[in-house]
Amino acid sequence: MKRTDWALLLLIGVIAALPLFGGAYALRLGTIACMYAILALSWNVVGGWAGYPSFATAAFFGFGAYATGVLLGKGLPLALAIAATLVASLLLAGLFGAMLLRLRGHYFAIASLSLVEALRELVNNATDLTGGGMGLNIPLAAGSGILADAAFFFYAMWGLLLATALTMIAVSMSKLGFGLACIRQNETAADMVGLNSTLYKSIAFGLSACFVSAAGGLYAAWVHYIDPSDVFDILYSVKPIVMALMGGLGSGLGVVCGALLYLALEEVVWRNYIQIHSGVLGVLIVMLLLFLPHGLISLRWRMFWRKAAHV
Amino acid sequence: MLAAQVLINALVLGCLYACIAIGFSLVWGVLNVINLIHGSFIVLGAYLAFALYQTLSIPPWYALVVAAPLFFVFGYLLQRLLLNRVISAPVLVTLTLTFGLDLILNNSMIYFFKADYRKLTLNPPIGSVSLFDVVVPVDRLIATASALALTGLLYLVLRRLRVGRAIVAVRLDRDAAILMGVDVKSIYAIAFGLGAALAGCAGVLMALIFPISPLTSTTFLGKAFVVCVLGGLGSVSGALAGGLLLALVEGIGSATIGPSYATVLSFALLIVFLIARPQGLLGRKGFE
Repeated sequence: MKRTDWALLLLIGVIAALPLFGGAYALRLGTIACMYAILALSWNVVGGWAGYPSFATAAFFGFGAYATGVLLGKGLPLALAIAATLVASLLLAGLFGAMLLRLRGHYFAIASLSLVEALRELVNNATDLTGGGMGLNIPLAAGSGILADAAFFFYAMWGLLLATALTMIAVSMSKLGFGLACIRQNETAADMVGLNSTLYKSIAFGLSACFVSAAGGLYAAWVHYIDPSDVFDILYSVKPIVMALMGGLGSGLGVVCGALLYLALEEVVWRNYIQIHSGVLGVLIVMLLLFLPHGLISLRWRMFWRKAAHV
Repeated sequence: MLAAQVLINALVLGCLYACIAIGFSLVWGVLNVINLIHGSFIVLGAYLAFALYQTLSIPPWYALVVAAPLFFVFGYLLQRLLLNRVISAPVLVTLTLTFGLDLILNNSMIYFFKADYRKLTLNPPIGSVSLFDVVVPVDRLIATASALALTGLLYLVLRRLRVGRAIVAVRLDRDAAILMGVDVKSIYAIAFGLGAALAGCAGVLMALIFPISPLTSTTFLGKAFVVCVLGGLGSVSGALAGGLLLALVEGIGSATIGPSYATVLSFALLIVFLIARPQGLLGRKGFE
């Protein structure tokens, strides 16, 4: 394991101590922080390592939310519903990946974007199963107080984050991670030396989807009400990309730091400029891409007092 | 008679779809940038038409003359000052940059114009024509004719004018164009400006038919995506073919299996096309 991997685990450990410091608000913020970190880490597998500009995060977030919501409505316990969602989305995404990942560049970006639209419309129209545009109510867990409930979901989300991080670290050290890096650098050459790139990419797509779906499922159970325009929001696809760009593409520690920073900014902007929050987010994205294209992880103390000789 | 009505509706709508998509396709083909601001440009054009009609009672078909140069300058400057800085960066960066710009433009429209749906209603109304049992509103006919005229105009610009030939040359082979003395930077900016002008004009025409709200920008953008992929990138005839095909599929889909599934159908068609025929109906394989 690299030093940054240890740092990542340490950071996640620090997040777990959050409930000691605050009440329900800190718990809510912590849960969202863990969720964002899961989304960013997952996107990083396809976007950062394999270099495919995926906009499918929202599709799997929504899929997970609805799958868990429907299963909970049928009376399954939460743990079982989440596990079923995870496995189902792993298979589904692997299947989609095998089809869509034959496309490259812009075409893949658009195909993954339209996956979100197609799934949202399907959910919108399957009124019998999902409630359609009216949304889906998810039964409350019986008998626990508000604070206990919040703490429970915080630790559930945190556990999922830990599982995601450990999986990603394992992948980065394995042959799969190496293969994905090869695909990013030169896919044709990777094919030539006998790497089964379609299989690798499909596995990566599946891995990037399953934790997102599980996070979506936990989110659904946490907020008790979901509707298609909420969980299939295209912003769920874009936010992880912004986080990864903020923190530094391809680095686990970087994207988690990016997720935390993004959440902090979002919270400040939401609280102070509710009417123009998406505009402020847009300004942030533009500034980031123009002035810090390699993310926070590329910042060095040196840069503050001496200009680099060449960039 | 239902079939004839569906067919005529598809024809009318298809030309408008082509007009929406054509600027998007130009920017994608020439600059290799997926321009996510396109939808918001269209909505801004619609607001311009609305404002001109409300305050100065200039009808939308004259508003085109005002919209085109304004949007051209806007697009030209946007490309020169912002997009040009990252034009050689990977797909992800340019895509995310235009997404950020779209957020800014869309949010400022919501802030200044409010999210309420507005409708430009012509006073007095100009009615509709009917031939046998097929009814077509006249405002739709005007919008369609203008859309066709704009499409034809772009075709002529690309075919006849020096700058048009330069745009096509950059699209075919950037490096060879540089060697032939084409100033690629300014061609990029001009192509982006043209894309913006076409979006603005499309928006003016949309104002005649559809309600106006900043929230509709993603719908327009989605249509542009699908049309581009169906028809093929960067060619005028491709956009026209894609627009007509999409309108036909949506029309027939709504008439047979119900309007709520029309969008699913169009996106399913998009994915099928992306996988089976990524160069589109009329696109040529080989050059991107």
